[in-house]
Amino acid sequence: MPIATTGMTTTTTITTTTMLDYDFMRLAFGAGFAVALVAGAVGYFLVLRNLAFAGHALSHVGFAGATGALLVGIPPFWGLLGFTLAASGAMGLLGEKLRGRDVAVGVILTLSLGLGVLFLNLYTSSASQATALLFGNVFGVSRTDLAALAALGIASLLALAAISRPLIFATLEPELAEAKGLSLRLVSVLFLLIVGIAVAEAVQVVGILLVFALMIGPAAAALQLTSSLKRGVLLSVLLAVGATWSGIALAYVTDWPPSFWIATLGSALYLAALAWRRMKSGAQR
Amino acid sequence: MNAIELQGVTLRQGGRTVLSRVGATIEAGEFIGVFGPNGAGKTTLLRAILGLLRPTAGTIQVFGEAPRNGARIGYLPQKRSAASNLGLNGRDFVASAYEGTRWGLPILGAEGRREIDWALETVEARELARRPLSDMSGGERQRLLLAQALLGKPKLLLLDEPLISLDPRYQRNVVDLVRRVQRQLGIAVLFTAHELNPLLPAMDRVLYLGSGRAALGSVEEVVTGEVLSQLYGAPIEVLRIGGRILVVSAHGEIEADAHRHDGHDHNHDDHNHDHA
Repeated sequence: MPIATTGMTTTTTITTTTMLDYDFMRLAFGAGFAVALVAGAVGYFLVLRNLAFAGHALSHVGFAGATGALLVGIPPFWGLLGFTLAASGAMGLLGEKLRGRDVAVGVILTLSLGLGVLFLNLYTSSASQATALLFGNVFGVSRTDLAALAALGIASLLALAAISRPLIFATLEPELAEAKGLSLRLVSVLFLLIVGIAVAEAVQVVGILLVFALMIGPAAAALQLTSSLKRGVLLSVLLAVGATWSGIALAYVTDWPPSFWIATLGSALYLAALAWRRMKSGAQR
Repeated sequence: MNAIELQGVTLRQGGRTVLSRVGATIEAGEFIGVFGPNGAGKTTLLRAILGLLRPTAGTIQVFGEAPRNGARIGYLPQKRSAASNLGLNGRDFVASAYEGTRWGLPILGAEGRREIDWALETVEARELARRPLSDMSGGERQRLLLAQALLGKPKLLLLDEPLISLDPRYQRNVVDLVRRVQRQLGIAVLFTAHELNPLLPAMDRVLYLGSGRAALGSVEEVVTGEVLSQLYGAPIEVLRIGGRILVVSAHGEIEADAHRHDGHDHNHDDHNHDHA
């Protein structure tokens, strides 16, 4: 990343340049913030609903959509979003039947990756497109991309807020919620559509293969760290934003890929939270 | 006003007639134990009273009205939610059911907080409010579920197998607690169970289901060899020993058998619905 190295050398001169002086860095931090906000909030409910793996699979379905879009000449993000939304809608309709169907979900995940490879091969043999999709390219975010990410982020957060009450009820007490007249299927479909948007957003920062780290790592850590629902959601968002921003900053300093840092930090957060919980419950006994 | 009135009710579930032209009247404030072999329709009947399942014949009335969205009913489902493995605290778990079907953010308001405090206090679960569900015993979780069922101040409680997988000591605690709450609030209770004995001190009457039929009455009237032989469709003997009742068939003790089947299984098959 030549631009980043220039940034480092200029910090030593009199005109001290910080990373925020670079447009691409400001855009990266902005995109990271918009994406992490949604990923942290949505991820918490994904973990609560035991759907972490389904979220992972959704991003892979998106790969086929993004590469397919390239092939027919539309922006890959819209192909990605279209496919994740279609797949998440279908998952929502399946609802409870999805639980414990890891093999079926895994097969669809693999098939989608395979299709993506084929589409990519038909479109071009350029590896950079594939790398950007698979592992993210947060330093390549344009002003228009950021606007789209922010708009979609705000829309999905508002939607999540609107369904949060019945979502929590249906997640914790499905039988009781159903008895009180709540449509579990409706809640499930609405929530998974929001997950579809969140996944498509997260792919822009960390890529298809590493979505799990951003959506599940901070959320699972938050669930270990606090027993309060409200604090759990807030903590999950804070950890996701923290991991993303730190990852971007570390990438600037080390010139290693930001996706590597975000994935590492997301996983480290979970492991540290797990260790903390063990120590705490060990001390009580 | 009667809590529940069943008139010629026929219930079908999964292509099978579970109950056929059943009639029964349960008065407000009554504690009814609901028994019967696996598949006799205990859960199916509760779901019909909640309005989740429409009778194919006959009518069901709850406080004089057709059942709708479990109005005025507190419900403790048999299928335990997966939430018990999570580290969420007891209070947030109970609060999730407070007007949980409304859209928007789960903001409780002063009235909601008061109601949750009241429900926790009523089931003596205030000390569980801050503890994570994953650290609780089955009996403690059962108390929280009961607190949840009390939200909205129902006049009728439907408790589906609350004793399953509890130690005998905790079984008594739960029965005593339900009896005390039921008396204190003057509400009707339908309590399904596999074993008769833990409920003997609490029940006003029993509702015994079997072979598509139902018998409602006092323990002395219903739990007899004659009535149960009809419901089980097999020769049954009822023995009374030192205040305990043993229901015995030619193949051994029926209740003990039933219990062994279900002791460790929360999802046994006398209901067969899905939530997709």
